[in-house]
Amino acid sequence: MRGSIDVSIDLCKGCAVCIAACPTGVIALSSAVNGKGYNYAAAVNPDKCTGCTNCAIVCPDAVITVYRTKV
Amino acid sequence: MDLSAINNETNKVYGKSKLLFDKVMHFCPGCSHGTIHKLIAETVEELGIQEHTIGVSPVGCAVLAYDYIDIDWQEAAHGRAPALATATKRLLPDKYVFTYQGDGDLASIGTGEIIHACNRGENITVIFVNNAIYGMTGGQMAPTTLDGMKTSTTPAGRSHITSGFPMKIADMLALLPGVAYVTRQSVDTPAAVRKAKKAMIKAFKSQELKRGTSFIEFVATCPSGWKMTPVEANRWMRENMFQTFPPGDIKDLI
Ligand SMILES: Cc1ncc(C[n+]2csc(CCOP(=O)(O)OP(=O)(O)O)c2C)c(N)n1
Ligand code: SF4
Ligand code: SF4
Repeated sequence: MRGSIDVSIDLCKGCAVCIAACPTGVIALSSAVNGKGYNYAAAVNPDKCTGCTNCAIVCPDAVITVYRTKV
Repeated sequence: MDLSAINNETNKVYGKSKLLFDKVMHFCPGCSHGTIHKLIAETVEELGIQEHTIGVSPVGCAVLAYDYIDIDWQEAAHGRAPALATATKRLLPDKYVFTYQGDGDLASIGTGEIIHACNRGENITVIFVNNAIYGMTGGQMAPTTLDGMKTSTTPAGRSHITSGFPMKIADMLALLPGVAYVTRQSVDTPAAVRKAKKAMIKAFKSQELKRGTSFIEFVATCPSGWKMTPVEANRWMRENMFQTFPPGDIKDLI
């Protein structure tokens, strides 16, 4: 399985619960800030994503969309 | 592999519910309220009952729920959501009616309301968000505050000698014969959120069976009021709140 996430950067509040939920260490907070001044979630290890949806399921602001495909 | 080849509608496995408006929720970063709102939207969407669902929002941080989830709503006076829901359900018995209430709203100023609505076995769903304090007004002690827990009105920690014990309202309500389903859930981990979603679907569907009141307590975080990061708050909740408010079903007559 190969997965991929898409983060709505402008809507992210940088709470980091997705980072704790990801089993493969895909996500980290960016050093850059978004329009609200938050360090937002970013896929820093995108190749490790399996598309398990854990990160998106715990996101309180529904800013993560998850895609998955067989490779 | 090129990510743009994966990111298309066919491969989408999780995205924002269509019932959530394109609005940024005002909740603080990592607050459980957001995840619980999301679960309501997903539940109503999956059951296909958007045109038949009426929510009653509380006084508290969730007061603006009607701005975020695309269903019909009413806004109750503090603690009075069960009365509004009672009237709504009795007048429109085919609608799915639920209240959304914090612990200050439901277990403090509205204690009498919820006990009597449950004692009448009103065929409604109650979503009770227990973050152990009054979030909106600055983190004051609530009846659900843990023994010894520091809040803005108990800076030395709550003492049961002067302030009583944390009130286990879900366990109390489960004793009433009019209540069909009482469960305690949380939204701190992916597994917990998946379980909570099943519980919420069950609670809404129990209205079709006319079995009586369905009640879901969410043991929840208030990272701002607790003065913790969201991830620390989730951990603190598991280590401390779960002792007094353990997750799991308390009553199931469905
Ligand atoms: C009649 C009345 N009394 C008091 C208040 C002040 N007040 C607003 S929100 C609130 C407590 C909310 O706490 P809770 O229900 O736990 O919700 P949270 O904000 O934690 O989600 C209080 C006391 C009010 N708005 N109306
Ligand atoms: S979908 Fe799963 S593997 Fe991919 S970033 Fe999210 S939590 Fe990590
Ligand atoms: S004050 Fe607490 S309950 Fe209210 S939005 Fe902020 S974190 Fe959530």
